Amino acid sequence: MSLRCLSVALLFYSNFVLSTELRVCAEPDNLPFSRADRSGFENRIAELLATELGAHLVYAWRPQRRGFVRKTLGAGVCDAWMGVPADYERVLTTRPYYRSTYVFVYGKRPLRSFDDPGLRALRIGVQLPGNDMAATPPGHALAARGAIDNVVGFPIYGEQPAAQRIVLAIAKGSLDAGIVWGPAVGYFARRASLSVASAAELPFEFAIAVGVRRDARELRDALDAALARRKPDVERILDEYAVPR
Amino acid sequence: MKLAAIAIAAAPLLCAGADEGEWRMPAGDYAATRYSALADITAANVRQLKEAWSFTTGVQAGHEAAPLVAGGLIYVVTPYPNYVYALDMAGRVRWKFDPKATASAQGVACCDVVNRGAFYDAGRLFFNTLDGQAIALDAKSGRELWRTKLANIALGETVTMAPLVVKGKVLVGNSGGELGVRGWLVALDAKSGKQLWKAYSTGPDKDVLIGPAFKPFYSSDRGADLGVKSWPPQAWQIGGGTVWGWISYDAQRKLIYYGTGNPGPWNPEQRPGDNKWTAGLFARDPDTGQARWFYQFSPHDLHDYDGINENVLVDLSLDGKPRRVLLRPERNGYVYVLDRASGEVLSATPYVHITTSTGVDLKSGRPQYNPQTEPKAGRAIRDVCPASPGAKDWQPSAYSPRTGLLYIPHQNLCQDEETYQVSYIAGTPYVGADVVMKPGPGGHRGEFSAWDPIAAKKRWSVAENFPVWSGALVTAGDIVFYGTMDGYFKALDAKSGEVLWSYRASSGIIGQPITYRGTDGKQYVAVLSGVGGWAGAIVSNELDPRDGTAALGFANAMKDLPKYTVKGGMLHVFALP
Repeated sequence: MSLRCLSVALLFYSNFVLSTELRVCAEPDNLPFSRADRSGFENRIAELLATELGAHLVYAWRPQRRGFVRKTLGAGVCDAWMGVPADYERVLTTRPYYRSTYVFVYGKRPLRSFDDPGLRALRIGVQLPGNDMAATPPGHALAARGAIDNVVGFPIYGEQPAAQRIVLAIAKGSLDAGIVWGPAVGYFARRASLSVASAAELPFEFAIAVGVRRDARELRDALDAALARRKPDVERILDEYAVPR
Repeated sequence: MKLAAIAIAAAPLLCAGADEGEWRMPAGDYAATRYSALADITAANVRQLKEAWSFTTGVQAGHEAAPLVAGGLIYVVTPYPNYVYALDMAGRVRWKFDPKATASAQGVACCDVVNRGAFYDAGRLFFNTLDGQAIALDAKSGRELWRTKLANIALGETVTMAPLVVKGKVLVGNSGGELGVRGWLVALDAKSGKQLWKAYSTGPDKDVLIGPAFKPFYSSDRGADLGVKSWPPQAWQIGGGTVWGWISYDAQRKLIYYGTGNPGPWNPEQRPGDNKWTAGLFARDPDTGQARWFYQFSPHDLHDYDGINENVLVDLSLDGKPRRVLLRPERNGYVYVLDRASGEVLSATPYVHITTSTGVDLKSGRPQYNPQTEPKAGRAIRDVCPASPGAKDWQPSAYSPRTGLLYIPHQNLCQDEETYQVSYIAGTPYVGADVVMKPGPGGHRGEFSAWDPIAAKKRWSVAENFPVWSGALVTAGDIVFYGTMDGYFKALDAKSGEVLWSYRASSGIIGQPITYRGTDGKQYVAVLSGVGGWAGAIVSNELDPRDGTAALGFANAMKDLPKYTVKGGMLHVFALP
């Protein structure tokens, strides 16, 4: 490699990495994903990536509510959202760094399948995404099997994460089970000593990636490389937060 | 010359003591007619109408409000941050009030951060903020008299409606049905802001304020605790039925009339039952809040057909008999004529192309749903008409007792619900319906129709390129006014529908036109421009036109709007030279 080539390469590197901040948008109160005290697993993975890029990690704390892509990445408030679905078309995404599923969460009475003969009688909690006519995949699956009367919806909007409220309800006996997005519930289920069983089949599975602005290909490529290099560390963090995979 | 001068001088005297020259509430009157007895502007002179002055609000979101005129001042409430301006008759700022509404309310509101106006009563101005506060101001000085926090934005609740003040009570309802909010209407003491009663739209009768006086016309609305029993257990607790539209008041019968939003936030398969008391219409006693009757336009709503549109109270001669009726151009595509004492449906006639139902059975009062357009998980359905915003959304119609016509600003939209796409909120991926809206038959997206409620017929209509998302106004000069999303403010002959005059504003018009007599004795017409709202969010929120599913699928039908208009709020005031 000629000297000239090397200097160009260094310049290129410094433009995207050395001299920049990595600005991440995150929810200030949405454990186990993120929290303003940086205690969520997405906070931990973002730190890892920033270190790997040699960039200073800066947060823009924004609730992940309606229009969040437009108001954050779109408005130039930040460069990345951790943990978006890999085929989420509103952003450009990295390769997935994990794949998870909706899971059954239960206490004494096991529930591991939609074919459970007691399905209709069990009191089951699900998350409600809050969009007219939309439901989580378990919401649709329960309705299709006629499990309606004992299903309880937990709106995503509320004082605590919906997954946490579902776990609390199972722990205190007002629900028998929940069917919840795994990464959201594994952490709370483990702390409450509840069991978790994967609903590992389509359409309950989603691959999760980092989202950047649609035109930020270079940052996306740099993040992809960083994710590949730190794969074992990412895995360790996901284990620590009981993210089912 | 002398005779003419006398006639002009006499005109204001005729209305002395009345508030005819003022505009104190968004609908103009309690009957919600949006009719003005002012008749200086006529077909003979409307072509000379000129902008007298304008005022920039400094706010970029969609301006759906009606300006108000009372006591020699003009009042404007803006979308979030919900500034209130008091202007003098020349458009100079007398005072400005900033309620300091919580910024995070913006991320909660579904369809832009709109506000539909204030209410003037007895020297006080009442309005609501997006973050759920009702506020009373001294109308002369802008001094705050009280404020009451009503909605909880942490739960997804916001307030976008204009309050109605009647018999010393301020009536306010909530928005946010798709987020698991339970709908309600509250009455506050106009003097103190203290809550007097609260009527929920779902749940047990005691919460809904259903008691012995409740006498609905149809048997499907009779029975104990239907607000619980017409849902799966507990689902009513987050069942929607929010109250974000219009309230009318019949002073003679002493009843208020208002509609409830769609049921939510579940997919329809997961909430079997009529889902009472959503997507329907309540008549209540404003003193106690007790319900008198209820009628459900869309039992077990399948298409997001909120039932919150305006209720226009008029007296008609039907089959030779005088009837006190309520006119309701409904989101589901029918113009309803209801007996406003009993809640009986006298007629329900389509005013747009409808595929979601085949008619309304007058015996049971129920719409006959078309199973072909019923949404089912995993099934693609095409040509759902009207689309989710309905044949008509919140934008209020006007009724002229002179022509006997109801002037309806509305949409001509259908939608396909094709595949399912990955959606994502607060760390949770899920499947969403991929809703794509498109123009209905004829290819135009909006229409302005003159409807004869006695003959149940469209007398004339004007096709518009974009949905007509503004309110209507009609005057005793037989002129009807409305605005378009591409920025035209139009005056039409109320009898023939001929367009007589138009004015091009820099931003699209989704506000409610009004008219008033100035302190100089002249008739003025005023309207806010400032495109936005659910229909115009593509411009006001700078949505990506490549993402057709943005704004819950509305962006697809509005891709070209940014080529016609830019955002920004402005009050325009017009007069004859």
